[in-house]
Amino acid sequence: MRIAVCIKQVPETKSVKMDPETRTVIRQGVQAIINPLDLYAIEAALQLKEAYDAQITAVSMGPPQAVTALKEAVAMGVDEAVLISDRAFAGSDTWATSYILAEALKQLGEFDLILCGERATDGDTGQVGPEMAAALDLPVVTYVNHINELEDGKLKVSRLVENGTQKLSMQLPGVLTVVKEIGEPRLPTFRGKLKAKEIELPGFDLESLKLDKSLIGLKGSPTRVVKIFRPEVVRNCELMKAETEAQTVEAVDAMLAFIKEESV
Amino acid sequence: MKNIWILAEQDAGEVKAVSYELLTRGLALAEKSGRKLCAMIFGNNISEDGLNELIARGAERVVAVEAPELEHFLVEPYSVCMLDLIKKYEPEIILAAATTTGRTLMPYVAMTADAGLTADCTELDIEDETGLLLQTRPAIGGNIMATIKCPEHRPQMSTIRPKSTPEADRQEGRAGELIRLRAPAEASKSRVYYEGFEPDTEEMNLQDAERVVVVGRGIKTQANIKLARKLADLLGAALGASREVIDRGWLSYPHQIGLSGKTVTPKLYIGIGVSGAIQHLAGMQTSECIIAINKDPDAQIFHVADFGIVGDLFEVLPILIEKLKRGEKIC
Repeated sequence: MRIAVCIKQVPETKSVKMDPETRTVIRQGVQAIINPLDLYAIEAALQLKEAYDAQITAVSMGPPQAVTALKEAVAMGVDEAVLISDRAFAGSDTWATSYILAEALKQLGEFDLILCGERATDGDTGQVGPEMAAALDLPVVTYVNHINELEDGKLKVSRLVENGTQKLSMQLPGVLTVVKEIGEPRLPTFRGKLKAKEIELPGFDLESLKLDKSLIGLKGSPTRVVKIFRPEVVRNCELMKAETEAQTVEAVDAMLAFIKEESV
Repeated sequence: MKNIWILAEQDAGEVKAVSYELLTRGLALAEKSGRKLCAMIFGNNISEDGLNELIARGAERVVAVEAPELEHFLVEPYSVCMLDLIKKYEPEIILAAATTTGRTLMPYVAMTADAGLTADCTELDIEDETGLLLQTRPAIGGNIMATIKCPEHRPQMSTIRPKSTPEADRQEGRAGELIRLRAPAEASKSRVYYEGFEPDTEEMNLQDAERVVVVGRGIKTQANIKLARKLADLLGAALGASREVIDRGWLSYPHQIGLSGKTVTPKLYIGIGVSGAIQHLAGMQTSECIIAINKDPDAQIFHVADFGIVGDLFEVLPILIEKLKRGEKIC
């Protein structure tokens, strides 16, 4: 089985603090990491490799420094990694990104399964998985929390929806986007780290992918960001101390009165 | 005239309430742009009452596409139907809810239709000069807002965050056109097969709940979670948790709120022993009213809260629960 895992490098938000004055994210000195939700896609691929002897290719579109994310995937156990990078790709929205990724995957040959995280923690759209599936004319199942078994070329999965879990099976080749329940992502191994250090990563750019220039970057993107602003903060926290029992009773009464007043 | 369409959702043939939220959005846009509001819905044996309800709540035209293979959401049959309607009616705008269905179907269709799609919008407007749809959405965990438009490609497509607007009211006597269509033959082809459904054991859906009680690491042990559950029951609230609680296995993943879990926007959020790590804030800071109980006065959660108690939750909760049990009315 050949598996592709699509990953994105994002700014690290875990260690990010909020500026209490401006109530915005302090971005200074923030590291770039693999999108945390993509780690579950890598983990899913590695589990399938253990069960069905798969060959895993990690793919990432981004600036040259996204190589770090790909090497980390290799350190976790991914077999090979490919960087898709070109200045002309900058400004691509999810449509253009999905087109570029789909074209790169086509060039890499047939995959049985393409795995993605549910969404990236920076853009938060969750659109690239299904859009890429459509671009490749493949079926897709989103929000997958368990991959059960492969039987007659069909993969049995469960999908987390609003009020429960759907049981589905998907004819391969196909695309899955996975959620956290798929399994705790493993840590890089020593052997993996050595391999990551030495591995040569082949790259794709505009020319090698022979892309239609009118479909990439800002020009190829149907959507335009016209304004970015900070959400208005109107919260004014009323803080009450509850150190003694009397204070606690008072605070609880105030809290109940507050709920009543706000009628929420 | 190219119109404004919503994608209504159904479950077992009944129209889902989230569809009426979309009608509220659609009505505002229709009024401002002078276009008609229409609804599309895919399913099997969809209830006539439900379809008429869409009309009573504001849709001037309802197109219901039906076939046995549309009973449950499957991306390929549904996208065949939506693409068929796009061809037939040339919608100017399509709005869908940012549900697991909307967030799967819309990108699949947008790619094929060569359309622009904006995810999880919380505000919509029509630009005065151009008549274009202005779509505003939170990004980077709600720390910035971005307004996006789609100048040339059609339809302009958006998914809308559930619970970000009230449901449209029904008005007796509203007239509308109801069109029932059979699904195109192609819709019978799917490479994904539906094999069953297991409903959640938790009675209340976290994302639908108007009140949410959320436990953080401050709850200390799994056994203590029953305290929070008791409070949730008394308030008629759903129970959620921060990532630390889920990672310790004290509650299952569907309870997780935050960047790698669910985004909730209840009327009332009560955080118990939740410190307010940025990943958690990303999933709750747009709640209408936020209350936090935490013993650390510097906890980040207080920065986004409306009301806070700085104290030991094991002292505060028993008193709170006792008062609610004695019937202190807060509703």
